[in-house]
Amino acid sequence: MVKVFIYPTTSLILSDLVARFGHTPLSAAIEIRERIQTPGLESPPLQITPEEPKVGLRWAAVEVPSGVRGRMSLYGPMVDQAEAAIIVNDADFSFGCMGCARTNELIKYLLHKKGIPILDLNYPRTEDEGEEFVAAIRKFLEGLGGSP
Amino acid sequence: MTGYTPRYVGSVTKYVFVDSPDMTPSDLAIRAYELSQGVMIKETCFGLMITGKVEDVNLIIEQIRALDPIHIFVKDRGFPPGDARRCRANLGGARPGFFGHEFEISLIKNISSGLARLRDRPPGKEPLPPAPGTGKKLDAARLKKIIESKES
Repeated sequence: MVKVFIYPTTSLILSDLVARFGHTPLSAAIEIRERIQTPGLESPPLQITPEEPKVGLRWAAVEVPSGVRGRMSLYGPMVDQAEAAIIVNDADFSFGCMGCARTNELIKYLLHKKGIPILDLNYPRTEDEGEEFVAAIRKFLEGLGGSP
Repeated sequence: MTGYTPRYVGSVTKYVFVDSPDMTPSDLAIRAYELSQGVMIKETCFGLMITGKVEDVNLIIEQIRALDPIHIFVKDRGFPPGDARRCRANLGGARPGFFGHEFEISLIKNISSGLARLRDRPPGKEPLPPAPGTGKKLDAARLKKIIESKES
Protein backbone atom coordinates (compact mmCIF):
# COMPACT_ATOMS: atom_id res chain seq x y z
CA MET A 1 0.00 0.00 0.00
CA VAL A 2 1.53 3.29 -1.16
CA LYS A 3 0.79 6.78 0.20
CA VAL A 4 -0.52 8.82 -2.72
CA PHE A 5 -0.71 12.62 -2.57
CA ILE A 6 -3.90 13.81 -4.22
CA TYR A 7 -4.27 17.26 -5.73
CA PRO A 8 -6.75 18.92 -5.09
CA THR A 9 -6.22 17.59 -1.58
CA THR A 10 -9.95 17.76 -0.85
CA SER A 11 -10.95 15.84 -3.99
CA LEU A 12 -13.73 13.28 -3.55
CA ILE A 13 -13.02 11.61 -6.89
CA LEU A 14 -9.29 11.14 -6.30
CA SER A 15 -9.66 10.14 -2.66
CA ASP A 16 -12.20 7.48 -3.61
CA LEU A 17 -10.31 6.10 -6.61
CA VAL A 18 -6.98 5.84 -4.76
CA ALA A 19 -8.63 3.95 -1.86
CA ARG A 20 -10.71 1.85 -4.28
CA PHE A 21 -7.59 0.64 -6.07
CA GLY A 22 -5.92 -0.33 -2.80
CA HIS A 23 -3.66 2.57 -1.80
CA THR A 24 -3.76 5.31 0.86
CA PRO A 25 -4.87 8.79 -0.26
CA LEU A 26 -3.16 11.70 1.53
CA SER A 27 -5.98 14.20 1.82
CA ALA A 28 -6.31 17.50 3.71
CA ALA A 29 -9.08 16.07 5.91
CA ILE A 30 -6.63 13.86 7.78
CA GLU A 31 -4.36 16.80 8.70
CA ILE A 32 -7.39 18.92 9.67
CA ARG A 33 -8.76 16.07 11.80
CA GLU A 34 -5.47 15.85 13.67
CA ARG A 35 -5.74 19.53 14.64
CA ILE A 36 -9.45 19.36 15.45
CA GLN A 37 -8.87 16.44 17.82
CA THR A 38 -5.89 17.93 19.65
CA PRO A 39 -6.63 19.86 22.89
CA GLY A 40 -5.13 23.33 23.21
CA LEU A 41 -6.33 26.88 22.80
CA GLU A 42 -9.51 27.72 20.94
CA SER A 43 -8.58 28.86 17.41
CA PRO A 44 -11.60 28.43 15.16
CA PRO A 45 -12.47 27.41 12.54
CA LEU A 46 -9.59 25.04 11.69
CA GLN A 47 -7.55 25.19 14.90
CA ILE A 48 -4.75 26.81 12.93
CA THR A 49 -2.64 28.68 15.47
CA PRO A 50 0.07 31.38 15.14
CA GLU A 51 2.56 28.52 15.43
CA GLU A 52 1.62 27.12 11.99
CA PRO A 53 3.34 29.81 9.86
CA LYS A 54 6.50 29.07 11.86
CA VAL A 55 6.17 25.36 11.11
CA GLY A 56 5.65 26.29 7.45
CA LEU A 57 9.15 27.78 7.35
CA ARG A 58 10.40 24.28 6.61
CA TRP A 59 8.89 24.50 3.10
CA ALA A 60 8.69 28.24 2.39
CA ALA A 61 11.06 31.13 3.08
CA VAL A 62 10.39 33.75 5.75
CA GLU A 63 9.51 36.46 3.21
CA VAL A 64 6.72 34.27 1.79
CA PRO A 65 3.28 35.44 3.05
CA SER A 66 2.15 33.83 6.30
CA GLY A 67 -0.97 32.47 4.54
CA VAL A 68 1.24 30.31 2.31
CA ARG A 69 3.42 29.20 5.23
CA GLY A 70 0.34 28.39 7.35
CA ARG A 71 -1.11 26.28 4.55
CA MET A 72 2.25 24.58 4.04
CA SER A 73 2.18 23.46 7.68
CA LEU A 74 -0.84 21.37 6.61
CA TYR A 75 0.32 20.23 3.18
CA GLY A 76 4.08 20.08 3.79
CA PRO A 77 4.00 16.93 5.97
CA MET A 78 1.77 15.32 3.35
CA VAL A 79 4.29 16.14 0.59
CA ASP A 80 7.05 14.66 2.78
CA GLN A 81 5.11 11.43 3.29
CA ALA A 82 4.04 11.10 -0.37
CA GLU A 83 5.43 8.17 -2.32
CA ALA A 84 3.45 9.06 -5.47
CA ALA A 85 1.07 11.82 -6.57
CA ILE A 86 -1.97 12.31 -8.76
CA ILE A 87 -2.49 15.90 -9.87
CA VAL A 88 -5.69 17.08 -11.51
CA ASN A 89 -4.97 20.47 -12.97
CA ASP A 90 -8.25 22.11 -13.98
CA ALA A 91 -10.17 22.23 -10.71
CA ASP A 92 -12.72 24.95 -10.21
CA PHE A 93 -11.16 28.08 -8.68
CA SER A 94 -13.40 27.82 -5.63
CA PHE A 95 -12.42 24.24 -5.00
CA GLY A 96 -12.63 23.32 -1.31
CA CYS A 97 -9.85 24.92 0.68
CA MET A 98 -7.33 24.92 -2.19
CA GLY A 99 -7.95 28.64 -2.56
CA CYS A 100 -4.37 29.94 -2.55
CA ALA A 101 -2.75 29.86 -6.00
CA ARG A 102 0.77 30.49 -4.67
CA THR A 103 0.51 27.57 -2.21
CA ASN A 104 -0.81 25.36 -4.99
CA GLU A 105 2.16 26.28 -7.21
CA LEU A 106 4.56 25.53 -4.36
CA ILE A 107 2.92 22.13 -3.69
CA LYS A 108 3.20 21.13 -7.36
CA TYR A 109 6.80 22.33 -7.47
CA LEU A 110 7.76 20.36 -4.33
CA LEU A 111 6.08 17.21 -5.65
CA HIS A 112 7.89 17.41 -9.00
CA LYS A 113 11.19 18.21 -7.28
CA LYS A 114 10.82 15.17 -5.05
CA GLY A 115 11.14 12.85 -8.04
CA ILE A 116 8.26 10.54 -7.10
CA PRO A 117 5.94 9.04 -9.77
CA ILE A 118 3.36 11.68 -10.75
CA LEU A 119 0.25 11.38 -12.90
CA ASP A 120 -0.87 14.70 -14.42
CA LEU A 121 -4.48 14.85 -15.60
CA ASN A 122 -7.48 17.02 -16.27
CA TYR A 123 -11.03 16.31 -15.10
CA PRO A 124 -13.09 14.16 -17.50
CA ARG A 125 -15.83 16.20 -19.19
CA THR A 126 -17.45 13.30 -21.11
CA GLU A 127 -18.15 9.62 -20.44
CA ASP A 128 -15.41 8.57 -22.88
CA GLU A 129 -12.92 10.77 -21.06
CA GLY A 130 -14.21 9.29 -17.80
CA GLU A 131 -13.24 5.80 -18.97
CA GLU A 132 -9.74 6.96 -19.97
CA PHE A 133 -9.37 8.93 -16.71
CA VAL A 134 -10.26 5.93 -14.53
CA ALA A 135 -8.15 3.55 -16.66
CA ALA A 136 -5.13 5.88 -16.40
CA ILE A 137 -5.45 6.12 -12.61
CA ARG A 138 -5.84 2.35 -12.29
CA LYS A 139 -2.78 1.71 -14.46
CA PHE A 140 -0.73 4.29 -12.52
CA LEU A 141 -1.71 2.85 -9.13
CA GLU A 142 -1.10 -0.75 -10.25
CA GLY A 143 2.34 0.29 -11.42
CA LEU A 144 3.24 1.58 -7.95
CA GLY A 145 3.35 -1.93 -6.55
CA GLY A 146 2.85 -2.55 -2.85
CA SER A 147 0.34 -5.19 -1.87
CA PRO A 148 -3.13 -3.61 -1.55
CA MET B 1 -7.96 32.98 24.64
CA THR B 2 -10.06 30.11 25.91
CA GLY B 3 -9.13 26.48 26.24
CA TYR B 4 -10.21 24.01 23.60
CA THR B 5 -11.48 20.54 24.46
CA PRO B 6 -12.06 18.43 21.36
CA ARG B 7 -15.04 16.11 20.94
CA TYR B 8 -14.99 12.61 19.44
CA VAL B 9 -11.24 12.20 20.00
CA GLY B 10 -9.85 9.12 18.26
CA SER B 11 -12.81 8.86 15.89
CA VAL B 12 -12.86 9.20 12.13
CA THR B 13 -15.60 10.75 10.01
CA LYS B 14 -16.20 9.75 6.40
CA TYR B 15 -18.48 11.17 3.76
CA VAL B 16 -20.43 8.70 1.65
CA PHE B 17 -21.79 10.22 -1.56
CA VAL B 18 -24.38 8.41 -3.63
CA ASP B 19 -25.29 9.45 -7.18
CA SER B 20 -27.28 6.47 -8.37
CA PRO B 21 -30.44 5.91 -10.40
CA ASP B 22 -31.30 2.94 -8.16
CA MET B 23 -30.54 4.23 -4.68
CA THR B 24 -31.30 7.34 -2.64
CA PRO B 25 -29.41 8.62 0.42
CA SER B 26 -32.41 7.49 2.47
CA ASP B 27 -32.07 3.85 1.23
CA LEU B 28 -28.40 3.99 2.04
CA ALA B 29 -29.07 5.40 5.52
CA ILE B 30 -31.54 2.62 6.35
CA ARG B 31 -28.96 -0.02 5.37
CA ALA B 32 -26.24 1.79 7.34
CA TYR B 33 -28.46 2.03 10.44
CA GLU B 34 -29.01 -1.74 10.22
CA LEU B 35 -25.26 -2.32 10.17
CA SER B 36 -24.23 0.32 12.70
CA GLN B 37 -23.14 -0.78 16.13
CA GLY B 38 -22.40 2.31 18.20
CA VAL B 39 -21.37 4.24 15.11
CA MET B 40 -22.91 7.65 14.50
CA ILE B 41 -24.64 7.99 11.15
CA LYS B 42 -26.05 11.22 9.77
CA GLU B 43 -28.18 11.24 6.65
CA THR B 44 -27.65 14.19 4.32
CA CYS B 45 -29.03 15.30 0.96
CA PHE B 46 -26.04 13.74 -0.87
CA GLY B 47 -25.52 10.58 1.19
CA LEU B 48 -24.20 9.98 4.68
CA MET B 49 -21.64 11.00 7.24
CA ILE B 50 -20.36 8.14 9.37
CA THR B 51 -18.42 8.76 12.58
CA GLY B 52 -16.86 6.16 14.86
CA LYS B 53 -13.80 4.02 15.41
CA VAL B 54 -11.80 3.55 12.24
CA GLU B 55 -12.33 -0.21 12.00
CA ASP B 56 -16.12 0.10 12.58
CA VAL B 57 -16.47 2.89 10.00
CA ASN B 58 -14.42 0.97 7.42
CA LEU B 59 -16.51 -2.16 7.96
CA ILE B 60 -19.78 -0.29 7.40
CA ILE B 61 -18.40 1.49 4.35
CA GLU B 62 -17.20 -1.78 2.85
CA GLN B 63 -20.68 -3.27 3.25
CA ILE B 64 -22.67 -0.32 1.95
CA ARG B 65 -20.29 0.29 -0.94
CA ALA B 66 -21.02 -3.28 -2.09
CA LEU B 67 -24.67 -2.28 -2.63
CA ASP B 68 -23.81 -0.11 -5.65
CA PRO B 69 -20.02 0.00 -6.07
CA ILE B 70 -19.84 2.25 -9.12
CA HIS B 71 -22.22 4.92 -7.79
CA ILE B 72 -21.05 5.20 -4.16
CA PHE B 73 -18.02 7.38 -3.41
CA VAL B 74 -16.23 7.83 -0.10
CA LYS B 75 -13.81 10.38 1.31
CA ASP B 76 -12.47 11.45 4.70
CA ARG B 77 -13.81 14.43 6.61
CA GLY B 78 -11.86 16.41 9.20
CA PHE B 79 -14.80 17.59 11.30
CA PRO B 80 -17.48 15.49 13.03
CA PRO B 81 -21.08 15.98 11.83
CA GLY B 82 -22.90 19.04 13.17
CA ASP B 83 -19.70 20.80 14.25
CA ALA B 84 -20.60 24.46 14.79
CA ARG B 85 -17.49 25.60 12.89
CA ARG B 86 -18.65 23.86 9.72
CA CYS B 87 -22.40 23.26 9.94
CA ARG B 88 -24.35 25.69 7.73
CA ALA B 89 -27.09 25.89 10.37
CA ASN B 90 -24.72 28.06 12.40
CA LEU B 91 -22.88 29.84 9.61
CA GLY B 92 -25.49 30.72 6.99
CA GLY B 93 -24.85 30.26 3.28
CA ALA B 94 -23.17 27.22 1.80
CA ARG B 95 -21.08 24.96 4.03
CA PRO B 96 -17.34 25.48 3.53
CA GLY B 97 -16.26 22.80 1.07
CA PHE B 98 -19.69 22.64 -0.59
CA PHE B 99 -18.52 24.22 -3.84
CA GLY B 100 -15.74 21.65 -4.24
CA HIS B 101 -18.23 18.83 -3.79
CA GLU B 102 -20.74 20.51 -6.08
CA PHE B 103 -18.09 20.78 -8.81
CA GLU B 104 -16.99 17.14 -8.54
CA ILE B 105 -20.51 15.74 -8.20
CA SER B 106 -21.34 17.38 -11.55
CA LEU B 107 -18.57 15.21 -13.10
CA ILE B 108 -19.09 12.05 -11.07
CA LYS B 109 -21.37 10.44 -13.68
CA ASN B 110 -18.34 10.30 -15.99
CA ILE B 111 -16.35 8.47 -13.29
CA SER B 112 -19.23 6.03 -12.66
CA SER B 113 -19.44 5.37 -16.37
CA GLY B 114 -15.65 4.90 -16.52
CA LEU B 115 -15.75 2.39 -13.67
CA ALA B 116 -18.58 0.47 -15.37
CA ARG B 117 -16.74 0.35 -18.71
CA LEU B 118 -13.48 -0.69 -17.05
CA ARG B 119 -14.76 -4.27 -16.69
CA ASP B 120 -15.05 -4.72 -20.48
CA ARG B 121 -11.91 -2.79 -21.36
CA PRO B 122 -9.26 -4.88 -23.18
CA PRO B 123 -6.35 -5.49 -20.74
CA GLY B 124 -3.58 -4.09 -22.94
CA LYS B 125 -5.38 -0.94 -24.13
CA GLU B 126 -3.30 2.16 -23.41
CA PRO B 127 -5.28 4.87 -21.53
CA LEU B 128 -5.46 8.32 -23.13
CA PRO B 129 -6.75 10.52 -20.30
CA PRO B 130 -7.57 14.22 -20.67
CA ALA B 131 -4.18 15.85 -20.10
CA PRO B 132 -3.24 19.44 -19.25
CA GLY B 133 -2.17 21.63 -22.13
CA THR B 134 -4.15 19.75 -24.78
CA GLY B 135 -7.11 22.15 -24.83
CA LYS B 136 -7.28 24.40 -27.88
CA LYS B 137 -6.72 28.06 -27.04
CA LEU B 138 -8.32 31.01 -28.78
CA ASP B 139 -6.30 32.10 -31.79
CA ALA B 140 -5.04 35.72 -31.61
CA ALA B 141 -6.28 36.48 -35.15
CA ARG B 142 -9.73 35.17 -34.24
CA LEU B 143 -9.73 37.32 -31.06
CA LYS B 144 -8.83 40.37 -33.15
CA LYS B 145 -11.74 39.66 -35.50
CA ILE B 146 -14.14 39.38 -32.55
CA ILE B 147 -12.91 42.72 -31.15
CA GLU B 148 -13.25 44.41 -34.55
CA SER B 149 -16.76 43.03 -35.04
CA LYS B 150 -17.82 44.47 -31.67
CA GLU B 151 -16.23 47.85 -32.37
CA SER B 152 -17.92 48.39 -35.74
